[in-house]
Amino acid sequence: MSGRVLVGVKRVIDYAVKIRVKPDKTGVVTDGVKHSMNPFCEIAVEEAVRLREKKLMKEVIAVSCGPQQCQETIRTALAMGADRGIHVEVSGKDYENLGPLQVSKIMAALAKKEEASLVIVGKQAIDGDCNQTGQMTAALLDWPQGTFASEVSVDGDGLKVEREIDGGLESVRIKMPAVVTTDLRLNEPRYATLPNIMKAKKKKIASVKPADLGVELTSRLEILAVEDPPQRQSGVKVEHLVEDCPVASPSTLGIEVGGVLCCRGGTCLSSQYTVITAGLD
Amino acid sequence: MAFAGKLLTRASLGSYICRTRGLTANRVHRRHVVSCIDPSLGLTDEQKEFQKVAFDFAANEMAPHMAEWDEKEMFPVDTMRKAAQLGFGGIYVQQETGGSGLSRLDTSIIFEALSTGCVSTTAYISIHNMCAWMIDSFGSEEQRHRYCPQLCSMEKFASYCLTEPGSGSDAASLLTTAKRDGDHYVLNGSKAFISGAGDTDVYVVMCRTGDKGAKGISCLVVEKGTPGLGFGKKERKVGWNSQPTRAVIFEDCAVPVANRLGEEGQGFTIAMKGLNGGRINIASCSLGAAHASVLLARDHLKVRKQFGEPLSNSQFLQFKLAEMATRLVASRLMVRQAALALQEERQDAVTLCSMAKLFATDECFTICNQSLQMHGGYGYLKDYAVQQFVRDIRVHQILEGTNEVMRMIVSRNLLQE
Repeated sequence: MSGRVLVGVKRVIDYAVKIRVKPDKTGVVTDGVKHSMNPFCEIAVEEAVRLREKKLMKEVIAVSCGPQQCQETIRTALAMGADRGIHVEVSGKDYENLGPLQVSKIMAALAKKEEASLVIVGKQAIDGDCNQTGQMTAALLDWPQGTFASEVSVDGDGLKVEREIDGGLESVRIKMPAVVTTDLRLNEPRYATLPNIMKAKKKKIASVKPADLGVELTSRLEILAVEDPPQRQSGVKVEHLVEDCPVASPSTLGIEVGGVLCCRGGTCLSSQYTVITAGLD
Repeated sequence: MAFAGKLLTRASLGSYICRTRGLTANRVHRRHVVSCIDPSLGLTDEQKEFQKVAFDFAANEMAPHMAEWDEKEMFPVDTMRKAAQLGFGGIYVQQETGGSGLSRLDTSIIFEALSTGCVSTTAYISIHNMCAWMIDSFGSEEQRHRYCPQLCSMEKFASYCLTEPGSGSDAASLLTTAKRDGDHYVLNGSKAFISGAGDTDVYVVMCRTGDKGAKGISCLVVEKGTPGLGFGKKERKVGWNSQPTRAVIFEDCAVPVANRLGEEGQGFTIAMKGLNGGRINIASCSLGAAHASVLLARDHLKVRKQFGEPLSNSQFLQFKLAEMATRLVASRLMVRQAALALQEERQDAVTLCSMAKLFATDECFTICNQSLQMHGGYGYLKDYAVQQFVRDIRVHQILEGTNEVMRMIVSRNLLQE
């Protein structure tokens, strides 16, 4: 086992920013908008660095795919403790069409090239919300995967991963090399310290092109339109539930509000309650 | 909002306020969609990283508690130690003695960002930094290694003791005496308005070892627990409540000569050099508060409606907001320029620091005050952060050299020769 961990980090629009759709509906406004590292990627970097600090892994490599600005994101990973960075240069139209499949191909190629023992990525990015990259990378490499990890520990020559699933928590043992995707509760990412930020300046970021890795980037997906979600309609506020109403019957039921059927707007048929129609701003 | 009364009872409005305040506190720190007042404009990548850590720390570790620290007058030792772990305990102290070895400009950027989380705590951290720097710069090798590492990690906290009941602006007329007695000095006298006093461990004290005037003053480091070192009652203040302020009283307090920084008679120079940086730091704290207040005002104007429209449609308020933003950027430029001049040891550094402190503290107070006004009645409630920014930075126009003394320094420079 090489003890090398490959961590994918994605530069996304900062989570606190209010997203605006471009007037031509081809996407969202990114120019001049504050970007930062995807929160799940921060958790991935933190986990990788912790594994190295526990001496279970030897080297943490941060990878990001995109234009020049991605180097900022890699630097943040370096400031958190990653040892070196790889910037996969993708720009222009290629970057607009960059999706999980393309990134997975790149990650798989890098994992082989760097002889990584472990690939850790965030479970999803907060812009695409695809939740595919980790899984596709594992498939391309034919490696086992531990997704939605809320706990990761080394178990012999493999990993024990506790996964957050719909029914609760699931523990799996997977052999290495493997792919892990991080969920929210895996850890709390550290702040970069001032000395680490300064040390990060000296750490190397290598630049590669997808072609150098034998990856071609054509996308099989075409984005037709990006639109705002529908405007919020006025709601109806009701003061009582159908179960409590002495006179409501299936034939008098009118409006559905939040899954509850109640009297028609304006007049409560039992004349006991006031139905308020509220415009919500 | 002319609803039937039920939806808008005072209680529900109160909870709306508190929830909004929590949200705005976070929005204040994270949400700089590029605008003209973005404090990261013009910085190097590395400085942006420093600033990001400081903003994140302020948003996560300080802002949620700033009201409680103010109300309960809590000295947040644990939070400050967390900050020290990130390197904020001795930002411009050299690395070999445990500091971060950064420049004055880096320091200004960091304090400005931290201040958006809590002005009072950040201001204390800056005073602590100033004391650590004084020891690092003027102390012997032995003294530097004895004190600085523990100060940089905030294992120990420091206080700067210059002002006395009888000497504020006229600092050089201080009366606390230090009489040489073998290998000790015996201190008698008292200091007033000392930030952190009583809760801190290391006191950097300017005292008289010689004749009248500045040349008779020396600088001694006094440790808590030294017999004869006592404290007055904790003062009740309008702001800066997350740091205790007390008088420091010396009654035949014996301090080893080995604790003297530099030579006898050098104390006043050391004190003033410390204050040059201190003034930039305090001005930076004002910048942070003003920045936070402008964002709070902007958000409030967008949300609050009167006469059927959001307040942000009012030209008067738009213009007022623009003026506030302009003052903020002007102040920031002055402070950062002064920081650069100081780190480059330019001739005009001292005067520039005084100008920057004068300008920025005055302007930023006006900005915070105007932001409070824009909030209307809500601005006066302690549920809203803006009043704490106003109260906390009011004192920046007074300490580390009153703004009147800043004028003295500038006019003296202009009228010399």
